[in-house]
Amino acid sequence: MQPIIETKQLTHTYSAGTPFEHTALDSVDFCAYPGEYLGIIGHTGSGKSTLIQHLNALLRPTSGTVLFQDTDIWSDPKITKKTRFQVGLVFQYPEYQLFEETVYKDISFGPKNMGLDEKEIDRRVRSAAYFVGLRDDHLEKSPFELSGGQKRRVAIAGVIAMEPKVLILDEPTAGLDPEGVESILGNIREYHQAHNATVILVSHSMEEVARSVDRLVAVNDGKIPFQGPPREVFRHGDELEQMGLGVPQLTRVFHRLRAMGVDIDPSVYTLDQAKEAILAKLGREVG
Amino acid sequence: MALKDITLGQYFPGNSPVHRLDPRTKLICVVLYIVALFLAAWFVTYAVMLAVLAGSIYLSKVPVKSVFRGLKPVLFIVVFTAVLNLFYTPGDTVLAQFWVFTITLEGVWRAFFMVVRIMMLISGTFLLTYTTSPILLTDGLESLLGPLKMVRVPVHELAMMMSIALRFIPTLIEETDKIMSAQRARGADFESGNLIQRAKALLPLLVPLFISAFRRADELATAMECRCYHGGEGRTRLRQLKYKAADYVALFLFLAITVGVGVLGHFGL
Repeated sequence: MQPIIETKQLTHTYSAGTPFEHTALDSVDFCAYPGEYLGIIGHTGSGKSTLIQHLNALLRPTSGTVLFQDTDIWSDPKITKKTRFQVGLVFQYPEYQLFEETVYKDISFGPKNMGLDEKEIDRRVRSAAYFVGLRDDHLEKSPFELSGGQKRRVAIAGVIAMEPKVLILDEPTAGLDPEGVESILGNIREYHQAHNATVILVSHSMEEVARSVDRLVAVNDGKIPFQGPPREVFRHGDELEQMGLGVPQLTRVFHRLRAMGVDIDPSVYTLDQAKEAILAKLGREVG
Repeated sequence: MALKDITLGQYFPGNSPVHRLDPRTKLICVVLYIVALFLAAWFVTYAVMLAVLAGSIYLSKVPVKSVFRGLKPVLFIVVFTAVLNLFYTPGDTVLAQFWVFTITLEGVWRAFFMVVRIMMLISGTFLLTYTTSPILLTDGLESLLGPLKMVRVPVHELAMMMSIALRFIPTLIEETDKIMSAQRARGADFESGNLIQRAKALLPLLVPLFISAFRRADELATAMECRCYHGGEGRTRLRQLKYKAADYVALFLFLAITVGVGVLGHFGL
């Protein structure tokens, strides 16, 4: 399958030529496929935020290329601008970017910049608000009257309203209570299914990412040491732990069992998989 | 260009002899240096000052390139002063004359020395901020201005305001960068359009920036109150400023140079 977005030998150096010079990304080859639910994990300062800001042309590569549907996004200023609409990026703590008088106006900021007509903007604002679970009476309120969790929803709706083909979310659940985390992750999954969009979820929490994504990309020190289905990535439990990432609790239990000499598959991360692995193990012993 | 790349006057961490000097010493030396610069009159005295500057830069181990980069933003002022001095200095030896403009030999020299003076002035003061962390700088200022407390100048409060302001410059720059990126991701365009369009485009940046600045100020005030901050009265310091041998040497050197340059300059050298 053709990747929808791809980076080739992407390198990014901050403050080049000063004592603060820092290479955040080092020859990274990354790709995401159409309709994929992808997770990017990495601890603070690993380069994951730098990577995603390249995907929608906010940062220009120091060297290397970023391709969106096989076109270099920096080849033409028009393409660069278009890419920002097609690859929606929700930053960390996006509620701090709200500025309009009403929620409705704030969500319509993106679609308006796309140059859509009134009717289309209205449709998109309402559908985006529906996806993140905002009620109609919220739309006419000032965003600053809302609670923290609701502000976050407004900000996410602001990006979803552009109906991007690729939706990237940087730690969308940071600082929310467990209920808020669940409901936002659910909203994102719904958007993924309804639009058949590519969703890239960035997080440092394995538990959160492992449950939803089809494929995992681990970022460490500006490089991608592991990628693949969560089960495959979790096989590298020790290496992940050394990167300060850790694996889901269940996986850790199974890794520990293996270390104690129990012959069991350590790559599980959901309850169902754990049950299967234990039954398989018991079955083997009985049989 | 990312806003983060602005390094104008930013502290270069280091451990050179200049870095280790007491901030008060450096402040006094800079003042003496500026006074000496204005007393300098001709090649001999300027050469002395240039040697002082070059020596300080060498000792500080700050890259020469960075010192010169600091001059870029003031280039306009330098050129402007040079041109003014070139045309408006009266003198006897007329070199060229057209319309209302007259260029005299005195004007040429004056323009030349003025340019050198401004550039050395700026490089010298930049060296101070390059080698002194903002916190130490305000500590030094507070200590130097201490005597003004007698005449009820709120020195401590002023110093505290200054260090808080300095402390938040990088934070606000980072914040601006972040909000700008976030709005750009929603298609905001900060670079094109006419003046009115650009001013309008700034709204999505300024509103969140102000809100966050107020929020931060509020949080900081609460945090300070929680730690029982009640102004400068009876407050002790974590970093005690102490003059060392090197400080006395530096102060003596700069005082001697200033007096020397003053005397030489008086005789027009």
